[in-house]
Amino acid sequence: MIVDIDEIDHAILRTLQEDGGLSAKDVGGKVGLSQPATWRRIKRLETAGVILGRSIILDREKLGFDVVVYLGVKLVTKGLLSIEDFERAVCAIPEVQLVQHVLGVYDYRLKVVARDISDFERILRRRIMTLPGVGNVESNVLLSDEVVVGMTV
Amino acid sequence: MHIDDVDRKLLRLLQDDATRSVSELAELANMSSGPVWRRLEKLESAGVILGRKVEINYAKLGYSVLVFLRITLDKTQGNAFDEFTIDARKIPEVVAIQTLLGRVDIRMDVRARDLNHYQEIYKSRVLALPHITDIEALMLVSEVKNTERLPI
Repeated sequence: MIVDIDEIDHAILRTLQEDGGLSAKDVGGKVGLSQPATWRRIKRLETAGVILGRSIILDREKLGFDVVVYLGVKLVTKGLLSIEDFERAVCAIPEVQLVQHVLGVYDYRLKVVARDISDFERILRRRIMTLPGVGNVESNVLLSDEVVVGMTV
Repeated sequence: MHIDDVDRKLLRLLQDDATRSVSELAELANMSSGPVWRRLEKLESAGVILGRKVEINYAKLGYSVLVFLRITLDKTQGNAFDEFTIDARKIPEVVAIQTLLGRVDIRMDVRARDLNHYQEIYKSRVLALPHITDIEALMLVSEVKNTERLPI
């Protein structure tokens, strides 16, 4: 399952982690490879499932989403049915960006984006607390975000 | 900058598929390429579009463990946050650090090859960080949804 990649692939991935909008030519320039050779390597990383895709990064605050809240959710009933119902319903909420099944004090971790705190409260009360099987919910509001990239590759 | 319905439509189309070209966007939005290109330029120069990101499957590279650490700091120390984050940044396996308002102060994501590797990082690097009063760990079992898509 693990894809064996060499130093040049690592360099390509690091370059793309820093800026995913770079063309094969730009990436090649940074790692010292021709455009066709870089393109073939990127294709290979895509086919092997190492690169899953590209997404656009938008400034959420400029689009009016000022609040990000991380929720820890504990389910009350843990039958297979309730887990499936919960997952289906929670994924359908557009403000929920992240649903992670975890081991620990909570069963799920959610990331919710909202326009402001009262918008968040509405989402929490009307959409999250009404989800099937939901028990205890803990909220932590994001103050600052720092993503450290390019280090584990 | 003022963002209108046409801008939002273009942004939605790009959220669906970031690799779409100007001409593809123009066709999907029923516009000609010129105005689409000008709108995208404007959205980029105003910083609404920040860039593009590649999504990498770290499990394929041999990193199968992701642990979310929820850390409480000793707030009687005035510079606890700064000193903690400066040192945490130096750990190569720490892939995200977030400051939170709530029951925990810091969230930190640690990526490791396997549980033994994680244990090693935890004991030798994480526990050595300054001003920690409590740590809770959540280990990722599966990702049910992961999108940066905004409901615009």
